[in-house]
Amino acid sequence: MATDIILFVILAAIAIVSAIAMIFTRNAIHSALFLVMVMVVLAIFFLGLGGPFIAMVQITVYAGAIMVLFLFVVMLLGAERVGARSGLRWQIPAALALGVILLVVAGLLLFGTQTPAAAVEPQTAASFDTIVPDACAEDVAMVQASGVVQGTPCLIGDSLFTTYLFPFEVVSILLLAAMVGAVVLTRRPREQAA
Amino acid sequence: MSSQSFALLYPYLLGLSAVLFTLGVIGVLARRNALIIFMSVELMLNAANLAFVTFARQLNHLDGQVFVFFVIVVAAAEVAVGLALIVTIFRTKKSTNVDDISAMRG
Repeated sequence: MATDIILFVILAAIAIVSAIAMIFTRNAIHSALFLVMVMVVLAIFFLGLGGPFIAMVQITVYAGAIMVLFLFVVMLLGAERVGARSGLRWQIPAALALGVILLVVAGLLLFGTQTPAAAVEPQTAASFDTIVPDACAEDVAMVQASGVVQGTPCLIGDSLFTTYLFPFEVVSILLLAAMVGAVVLTRRPREQAA
Repeated sequence: MSSQSFALLYPYLLGLSAVLFTLGVIGVLARRNALIIFMSVELMLNAANLAFVTFARQLNHLDGQVFVFFVIVVAAAEVAVGLALIVTIFRTKKSTNVDDISAMRG
């Protein structure tokens, strides 16, 4: 138990310091690398909270694909130095004040109110009836043994292809639209290309 | 790492999520570089993901983790289109400062 708390404090401190550094550093590449640090720390939290699949997706998609895209664009544009001051002098104090207000409200909601009892029926081993019978037998047995639901690839995939099949298909169309949109937006006009 | 890690730390994990979300909001409000603003939005999405996974663990239900999967997919689509927009704007305006992008026509 004590190791949990020590681990949490260290990881949370790394995440918060990295996030602050991301916002206030003057170099866009440093910002992107600090954001990668935050994402890796969150992946470790996901691992500890019983989500190995989500943790790996976080590393590969977020820290891998998305942040590489960010770094690629920053270097492509040559926009590393972002020293230009804002035209509005009161902007940063106002942002900080609004942020503090948001944090106070969130803290009041978190620690000031009584948490309502869980309205969701906890999943048990019996609630996993997979498409293919006994497809995730090992994972279900592990859930049964520990009493803790683990987001293994098999169980997440089963949920995606049964309960969430329609959102899953919608999201695939969204990805296709985003891909086409990105290509169309960055295409140079015909007369310039010639 | 055992599956029992971080048990009973749920309020503090949600607090960390709130702090990271607030830092993302401050980043959007305080910075004028479109790329940094974009990264701050990603930070907010990540904070929400942490809350999702924490609730999934607290309620012992997988649906929260499935939602995180969808959030990550939508974030990937958003980044692809958003960065394409930034590249296009940079071509005409030679700047990533959002204060320079105030005219309706280029």
